[in-house]
Amino acid sequence: MVGFVIVSHSGRLAEGVVDLARMMAADVPIAAAGGLEDGGFGTSFEKIQAAVERVYSEDGVIMLMDMGSAVMTAEMVIEAMEGKQIRMADCPIAEGAVTGTINASAGMSLEEILEELEQVGAQKKLS
Amino acid sequence: MNTQQLIALMRRIAAKVEEEKAFLTELDNVIGDGDHGINLARGFGEVEKKLDTLADKEPGDVLKSVGMTLVSTVGGASGPLYGTGFMKLGAALKGKADIAVPDFLEGFQGAIEGIMQRGRSTKGEKTMLDAMIPAKQAIEDSWSGDHNAKAAFAAGVAAAKEGVEYTKTIAATKGRASYLGERSIGHQDPGATSFTMMLEIVGDAL
Repeated sequence: MVGFVIVSHSGRLAEGVVDLARMMAADVPIAAAGGLEDGGFGTSFEKIQAAVERVYSEDGVIMLMDMGSAVMTAEMVIEAMEGKQIRMADCPIAEGAVTGTINASAGMSLEEILEELEQVGAQKKLS
Repeated sequence: MNTQQLIALMRRIAAKVEEEKAFLTELDNVIGDGDHGINLARGFGEVEKKLDTLADKEPGDVLKSVGMTLVSTVGGASGPLYGTGFMKLGAALKGKADIAVPDFLEGFQGAIEGIMQRGRSTKGEKTMLDAMIPAKQAIEDSWSGDHNAKAAFAAGVAAAKEGVEYTKTIAATKGRASYLGERSIGHQDPGATSFTMMLEIVGDAL
């Protein structure tokens, strides 16, 4: 099953997104990588790498990032873990985590889920 | 510049970043998330601890290690950006026991390209690139004239400072400041400022 890592500047935000996703897809491997080691705001290369390792399987891992250094640091983790199936999704993290984990739980592949997540950012909530 | 001189230079850069921590953070408070100085100081503090273990490495490897340490420890956008820059600079100097100006320029170009790619950014977006790109050009132009390293870096620092001034006149379209849009005009970019500080230390060391 495809795994997920939530990368955020905020530890609580990342944990919250993980909790939200587990409500509908409790069986999907998902890990939070938010904030710095000391609990402060920021993104930590080590935390992200460790989170990927926790949820990794041959089916791959999708990372959802909030902004700025979260995106760049996630990208550097992918480069450092060369040869593994790790991808970044370009979508809002809360909606993306819910959509992605439900799809993973239903047995969809990494590529199929990424394609679905492409649409998540385009969805309107008020129309 | 050999390894010993490079390590001494990195220590001076680390000291400068620590000294200017509050100023850089203040700049970032206005248009960003207020962590630039604190983050960079944390990263360079870790770099400083590591330098002792690098004395027997060639300069390129020292710079790569500096970059990797910054990526791991900064915690903000300047980590992957400066980290990529130092790693690219180091990679271009592979196998050289001494850093000469032409090699540095080649590495500097690689660093700029690496940072552009990492940040998905270009000149004119109110970022460190607005100081880096003109600085590199000025060093290159001055060096090709009279091959005077000291004068070339002085020209580079002057161009970087102009670049910092230029960032005050434009709106941010990358990074946290881009959320402010037009409201970021009038404020200088913290990344362009910290880069200029570092380049000034390099110029002083020559």
